[in-house]
Amino acid sequence: MPVAKVLGIETEYGIAGGPDLDPIVASSIIVNAYAQEGHTRINWDFEGETPEMDARGLANLTAFAPVVETHLANTVLTNGARLYVDHAHPEYSSPECRTPLEATLYDVAGEEVMRRALRVANQSLDVGQAITLYKNNSDGKGNSYGTHENYLVARDVEFLHIVRAMVPHFVSRQIVIGAGKVAAETESGIDADPAFQLSQRAEFFEEVVGLETTLKRPIVNTRDEPHADAERFRRLHVIIGDANMSQVATFVKLGSTALLLAVLEEHGPSCFPASPRQPVGAVRSFALDPTLRHAVLCEDDQQRTAWDFQDQLWHLAEGYVASHGGEAVAGPDEVALILAQWREMLDGVRDDPVSVSDRVDWVAKLRIIDGYRERYQLSQGDARLRAIDLQYHDLRPERSLAQRVGLRELHPIEQVREAIHNPPETTRAYFRGQCVERYADQIVAANWDSVVFDLGEGPLRRVPMLDPLRGTRALTADLLETCPTADDLLEALNR
Amino acid sequence: MSEQERIQKQRAERTSEPAPAVSVDATKGDQLKADLDDLLDEIDEVLEENAEEFVRNYVQKGGE
Repeated sequence: MPVAKVLGIETEYGIAGGPDLDPIVASSIIVNAYAQEGHTRINWDFEGETPEMDARGLANLTAFAPVVETHLANTVLTNGARLYVDHAHPEYSSPECRTPLEATLYDVAGEEVMRRALRVANQSLDVGQAITLYKNNSDGKGNSYGTHENYLVARDVEFLHIVRAMVPHFVSRQIVIGAGKVAAETESGIDADPAFQLSQRAEFFEEVVGLETTLKRPIVNTRDEPHADAERFRRLHVIIGDANMSQVATFVKLGSTALLLAVLEEHGPSCFPASPRQPVGAVRSFALDPTLRHAVLCEDDQQRTAWDFQDQLWHLAEGYVASHGGEAVAGPDEVALILAQWREMLDGVRDDPVSVSDRVDWVAKLRIIDGYRERYQLSQGDARLRAIDLQYHDLRPERSLAQRVGLRELHPIEQVREAIHNPPETTRAYFRGQCVERYADQIVAANWDSVVFDLGEGPLRRVPMLDPLRGTRALTADLLETCPTADDLLEALNR
Repeated sequence: MSEQERIQKQRAERTSEPAPAVSVDATKGDQLKADLDDLLDEIDEVLEENAEEFVRNYVQKGGE
């Protein structure tokens, strides 16, 4: 039986400018600007963070285990999200959401949080020090930073089955959800000398399975840090995705992946298409071919294009929904929307790309790149084409190209503004966000699975939230309403 | 005239022209090209002026 696909997206934003062009200083200014505007003063709590835990159960001593930085700006927002400095980037981790549509809303809310932080920060900086932010994944010079999806998965699903089932999706989904990129920037990519790639991230992947996220990036990441009851749950940490400007692309990325994980939980891995013999070669070569004709040899000796994989996977998801419903992922209308959009985008990229240029980021970007190149007869390496690529992801409204290419919206801006402040109602993010909203002065820290209170006397009091599906509005709104202070809340919880 | 009004006006002028005797596909193709031309005009207005320097200066530390 599939578990509810609680999910969310973490996004590291590209950052430029700031005092002395120091990205860590600039990132701290961004996070603090938002916090100081009165949105939050609550610190993040690192208790329970174990990014070095490996889902395969091996202690890989030679691996480069991720390090948790505790000294940088780090806050939790009233919408349940985390806003912090990760390495040298400002990062927004959305709250846990119950459906792909909701998770898309909170991802878009993250863009608006960054835009507001940017506005506040730049008011206090000299013009020459102004900061700019980009929702993308590479600088075009060989440096990549991540957009990671997270999905709740039943603990009893064997990790090797996740690898077996999900590799075909992770190597091929870029044809509908890739954000597109001008040229290449890694050794192997530069050898191919492409004018354009489907994905920002594809050429950075070097392994099929692994723990690292910054070196030797793997197609399936084994970080085993459920931020929940580890007896019951896994958190699949997906690092092979692009940051999407298209809301529909984000929605289909989350929806398709969540549905396929539900299929895996229901039926096991054998119904999935065979994996490519060389998954790393597949993800890179698919990215290099906007004509979508390139095929790779698979474990069953068949040749498949990325489109073939996606077509098979779509039918698998559609069959599952027809026979079992899609309640693990979302309600019937939303699941139908996932399947319909995924199908339209898949057929569109093959048969009539312009018809999906309002939803598929790489198509929208390629259309303006090609158009601009033709208009001015530019050579393949012209800096203006790279500038268009970069500016597609620019968060400044006066510079953003994504805002100008006619992308469809799933969530009107009024709803996005609400989501900046209010948490999702059907996960524990509700309780976290509401506690930050109501009891800020008595909370010393919060994290994914607990909130820590300081009542002024006695030890700090930690309220655990090990089940992502508890702490919802339905379960806690009455309690919170009847507890004007944190003392009242903790007393009520102890009863 | 605002950018939006200008675009709407251009579109209105295009659609008010007498329908030429061409296939639906060709008309659709003309419309797509006109839309793209408008979009490229808009990009010209907001694209960073010194693209070379803009692109060169965008250097990130890896993350994740």
